[in-house]
Amino acid sequence: MRGGILAAAIALLQCAAAYAGEQPVLLKDAPGHDLVENNCASCHSLDYPRTNAPFMDRKTWQAEVDKMTNVFGAPIAPDDAKAIVDYLTKNYGTGS
Amino acid sequence: MKGLSRRRLLQRAGTGALALAWPGLDRRPAWSQERPALVPGLPAGVYDTAILDALPGKQPLIKLSYRPPNYETPVPYFKTAITPNDAFFVRYHLADTPDGIDPGHWRLQVGGEAAATPLQLTLDELQTGFEQVEITAVCQCSGNRRGWSQPHVPGVQWGPGAMGNAVWRGVRLKDVLAKAGLRKEAIEIVVNGADGPVLDRTPDFVKSIPLWKAADENTIIAHQMNGQPLQHFNGFPARLIVPGWTATYWMKHLITIEAVTKPFGGFWMKSAYRIPTGKFPIVEHFLSQMTDASEPITEMVVNSLIASPADGAQVRVGQAVEIAGIAWDAGYSIRRVEVSVDGGSVWQAAELGPDLGRFAFRSWTYQFAPRTPGKHTISAKASNAIGQTQAASLIFNPAGYHNNVVRPLAITAA
Repeated sequence: MRGGILAAAIALLQCAAAYAGEQPVLLKDAPGHDLVENNCASCHSLDYPRTNAPFMDRKTWQAEVDKMTNVFGAPIAPDDAKAIVDYLTKNYGTGS
Repeated sequence: MKGLSRRRLLQRAGTGALALAWPGLDRRPAWSQERPALVPGLPAGVYDTAILDALPGKQPLIKLSYRPPNYETPVPYFKTAITPNDAFFVRYHLADTPDGIDPGHWRLQVGGEAAATPLQLTLDELQTGFEQVEITAVCQCSGNRRGWSQPHVPGVQWGPGAMGNAVWRGVRLKDVLAKAGLRKEAIEIVVNGADGPVLDRTPDFVKSIPLWKAADENTIIAHQMNGQPLQHFNGFPARLIVPGWTATYWMKHLITIEAVTKPFGGFWMKSAYRIPTGKFPIVEHFLSQMTDASEPITEMVVNSLIASPADGAQVRVGQAVEIAGIAWDAGYSIRRVEVSVDGGSVWQAAELGPDLGRFAFRSWTYQFAPRTPGKHTISAKASNAIGQTQAASLIFNPAGYHNNVVRPLAITAA
């Protein structure tokens, strides 16, 4: 969870830097929703998962989350990453 | 704040130009969010997420993501061969984008291990210390039309509007490199811009081009587009222009240029923006970055777009409709554009508009008066002077690049 808190703190800081017109991008309310907001929105707005839907299967979402952690350095705990992949596959993917 | 990039902190300390650059500019509130007219065939999520939204200084464009800002030009803007500055598409990779750049404080560092006399340029020096040249050239995102990939692939789900054509004014990159004492050992030129990652650990967006492309007389550092200073979101105060090559190399908010003696090993060259080797009809390759499996995307493939009428338009039987659009390629010159109004059986030559240069959009028109009521399927197909033409079927690749498949649209006559 420490990563999540750090990310949330960064997200707050980043809010100040976002353009005045940026509106909140809402994601489906389902288990894992808060983890996605806290871990992903610090570096990019949440229209990314919304537009990349619903064609991605679990493997493809897993690859995206792996890229964010392994290549882009997102501080996401392994358990959180698993829950995020579950959430994205179920709500913004093919479901399996 | 640990984790925040040093550049972000420095920028915040160093510039207070935002308020000056965008006085009183604000965007429309959420309740007025308008859905854009989108082309068919994109992932379903685009239709319930994309909105028309105006960045400061811009017309409402198709917002695909707020942060980093990725905004697409709506198709009707391509009725003209020059894309208006305030409708020009916006693409960033990383969300630590400059809020505003004070032109008085901006500096361009030119150096690297293969530069004998490194130098630093002010904007004024760039504008007065070198011969000023102009070139009209298409700036097209590598991922333009990714949203049409079948199957769909992850990434920004661009329709056909991640591109624009402008008259770019600036100085030849080779002139600047000469002043920096370019050594013969140089093999690549590495460029970086003022935008960067939110987290230190995220690879900064840095690109390289081969020396021969950097030395091409058409490769310039532009400080103007269409007679105006560069728009903030298109790279103010200076960006690289690499005519014929996709926009990934057209570094915005340019701050460093480095001549290097080894292939640049950054993420955005070695892992991103690559195509399967040998799969596309490409003339110019980036040899020092090539492997047996993949190579960097380089030049654009020949392509066209029908800008009018819109897909799904209603027209009258017997009344002439002007079919209008643009065609472009990597600079080999558009030789002809053919139009079919019967779903691709019969093709006839469109009339080409003025030639704005081999790297520019070439406008074209075709007059069509539907004689029967019902649906009419219209297609356009461009060919260039070296015999290349648009693909009949998709050459699939994992990043969805180089989609130049002939793309029919339908209008209904009544």
